[in-house]
Amino acid sequence: MKKISILAILLTPLLSPAYAETPEEKGLAIAVEADTRDTGWTDQFADMSMLLKNKQGDSSERVMNITTLEVPADGDKSLITFDNPKDIKGTAFLSHTHSLTPDDQWLYLPALKRVKRISSSNKSGPFVGSEYAYEDLSSQEVEKYKYKWLRDETIDGRDCFVIERYPQYEHSGYTRQIVWLDKEMYQPLKLEFFDRKNSQLKTLQFLNYKQYLDQYWRPGGMQMINHQNGKSTMLTWTNYKFKNGLSDRDFDKNTLKRAR
Amino acid sequence: MRTFKQYLFLFLITSVSTLSSAGEWSGFAGLEFRGFNQTAQDTRQDHDTNFSFVFEPEYFHEWDDGDQSIAFVPYVRVDENDNERTHFDIRELAYLKVEENWELRLGIRKVFWGVTEFQHLVDIINQTDLVENLDFEDKLGQPMVNLALINDWGTVDLFVMPYFRERYFPGTSGRLRSIPETRQDQSQFESAAKEKHIDFAARYSHYFGDWDIGLAHFYGTSRDPRLLFSTDSNGNPFLIPFYDIINQTSVDIQATKGNMLWKFEGLHRSGQETTYNALAAGFEYTFIGIMDTALDLGVLSEYFYDDRDELSTQIFEDDIAIGARLAFNDVQSSEALIGLVWDRDSGGKFFNIEASRRLGDSWLLELQGRFFFSQKRSDLAFTVNRDDYTELFLTYNF
Repeated sequence: MKKISILAILLTPLLSPAYAETPEEKGLAIAVEADTRDTGWTDQFADMSMLLKNKQGDSSERVMNITTLEVPADGDKSLITFDNPKDIKGTAFLSHTHSLTPDDQWLYLPALKRVKRISSSNKSGPFVGSEYAYEDLSSQEVEKYKYKWLRDETIDGRDCFVIERYPQYEHSGYTRQIVWLDKEMYQPLKLEFFDRKNSQLKTLQFLNYKQYLDQYWRPGGMQMINHQNGKSTMLTWTNYKFKNGLSDRDFDKNTLKRAR
Repeated sequence: MRTFKQYLFLFLITSVSTLSSAGEWSGFAGLEFRGFNQTAQDTRQDHDTNFSFVFEPEYFHEWDDGDQSIAFVPYVRVDENDNERTHFDIRELAYLKVEENWELRLGIRKVFWGVTEFQHLVDIINQTDLVENLDFEDKLGQPMVNLALINDWGTVDLFVMPYFRERYFPGTSGRLRSIPETRQDQSQFESAAKEKHIDFAARYSHYFGDWDIGLAHFYGTSRDPRLLFSTDSNGNPFLIPFYDIINQTSVDIQATKGNMLWKFEGLHRSGQETTYNALAAGFEYTFIGIMDTALDLGVLSEYFYDDRDELSTQIFEDDIAIGARLAFNDVQSSEALIGLVWDRDSGGKFFNIEASRRLGDSWLLELQGRFFFSQKRSDLAFTVNRDDYTELFLTYNF
C-alpha cells in the first residue's frame, strides 16, 4: 500500500493536468509540494525549550538541543540532548526515522553510561511529560499520512489550505489531524488533533515564522493546548543553524555516548 | 600609554573570564536514609538506621567544535556508621579526541556493556563500588586508554588498562556485608604485579536492523574476586578477596521487535579456578498508554545460569527474575520498578522496589526497598538475610 502511495506521489505532477483532481489527490499534491519546498537544508541545529503548564498555572521547564540530518528518500536522523531538568541533564535520544519501516531509537543514560536500544512503537506517549507526543515532533514524511483537501480558508489574514490527514502508523494516538497550511510558506499555521475516539484532543499553533537561507521557514514558537486536560506546552525555538556540515557519523551510537 | 602592569591585569582578567565561561559545572548533592527492619547478624553491625551524604560535581569543558573535551567527576560519600562506606573516588577524569574514523579517550572513565536489567553479566571494564549499593551499578573510575575505531561495519573499541581497582567492601560496622567480613586490606593477587597488572580488552559493537550486537574479549585481573576464608591472630574469621588473571569472551545481543525487547548475554571465562560459562537472557514487553492513560507498563523476566553452580562467585547461578516497570510520563517523571529474583537451587528470594519522582525543578526523591526471604545458610546471599532495608534518597541537581 505504501509503495503505491509513493508511486502516486511520483506520478501526481505528471497526471494532474490530465483530469479533475479529487480532494484526496489535491491534499496529497499540496503535501508533496510542502515537502519539496522544504528539501535541501542538509542539516539543522536548534535550541528548544518547553514550558509545561497545568490547569492551576503551575509550570515546569525543559531545555534541550536538537540536531537533525536530512536523509533523502528516507526519514531524517535526529539527536536530542537534554540540559534541564538537571536530573536528566546529559540524557540523549537518537532517532533514525524511516518512512516505511519502524524507526531505530536509542537512549543514552549518563549516570550508567549506558546506551539502550528502545522500542519505537511508543509514538503516542507524552514527550518528557509535555503535551507533545513523540509523533508530533518526529520527522514529517509525506508517506506517514493519507490526505484530503477540505477547503481554502483565511486565518489571521493569511490564506491557507485546510487539509485533513490520516496517520498511517497503526499505533498512532490520532484518528485524524486537520492542518491549516499557509499558501505562501507551505508551512502549517495551525494543527488540530483528534484522538482515537475521534474527539478533539489538542490544538497546535505555530508562531513567529522566519525564513532561513532565503528558502526554509521555521517557527519561533509552537503553542500546544490540550482541550481534554486543560494543560498546555509552549515550545520555543532559538538559535537555528543550517548546513553545519554534519554527516551520518554525527548520528551514530558513538556520538550519542558523548552528546552534550 | 598603558603600562605593562595594566596589560598584565587585562590579560589575567580575560583569561579568568575565558576559563570560567569555557567550562561548565553540574552535578548533584544528596542525602540518603536507610532503615533496616531487623537487627544485624553480627553485633558489630550496631545500627538499624543510617544517614549518608553524597556529592558528585561534574566539570566539563569542550573546544575544537566539540571534537576535544575534558571531563572531571569527583565523588565523595560521608557515611554515619560505616568507615569503609565513607570514601572518595574519581569517577571520571578523561580527555576525549574525536575524529571521523576514530575516538580516543585517555584517563579515568566508566564504560558500560550489556543489555539485561537484573544482572550485568558481561559488564567488566569497571570495578563495582559495592559499598554504594547491592545492584552492581555503581562503579569505581577505571584508568584507561580507549581507542574506538569507527567503521561502516561496526565499532571496534580497544582498551589498555594500566591500573586495577580493588573492589570496595563494607566495613566491620557496615550492613549489607559478608559474614564474616571481607577485608580489602588483605587482598591477594595471582599476578606478582598486583594492581599494576596491565589489563586489555577489545569489543566489537554494531547494529543490523533491529538487532544490536556486542562481542568482547577481556584479559586481565578479574573484577569479581574469589573470597578465601581466613582467621586473624585472635582467631577471628574473615574473608580475603583473591583476584585471578582471567580470560573472558562475551556476547550481548538485543532484538527490538516492536514493544518486545529480547535480550541475551553470555560469557565464557577461564583462569578463575574452573573454566565456566554463564548466561543471562530474557525479555521486556511494554504496554503503552494502559487503560487510555499516559502510563506505560513494562513487564520483564530474565533467567540467569552459571555452570559452576554453587562455586559461583556471584549471587546468580540458577535464578529466575520477574519484574514490572511503571512509567507515569508525567511532569515529575514519576517511575516505579518492582522485581523478584528466585534462586531455583536454594529457594531463596529477593524482592526489590525502586521508585523516583522529581520535586520542583531541581530535586529528585528516590525510594528503594530490598528484602531477602528464606535464604539458606549455604547461599551467598544468606549473609544479608537480616539486612532488609528501605531507603529514601533526596538529591539536589544543578
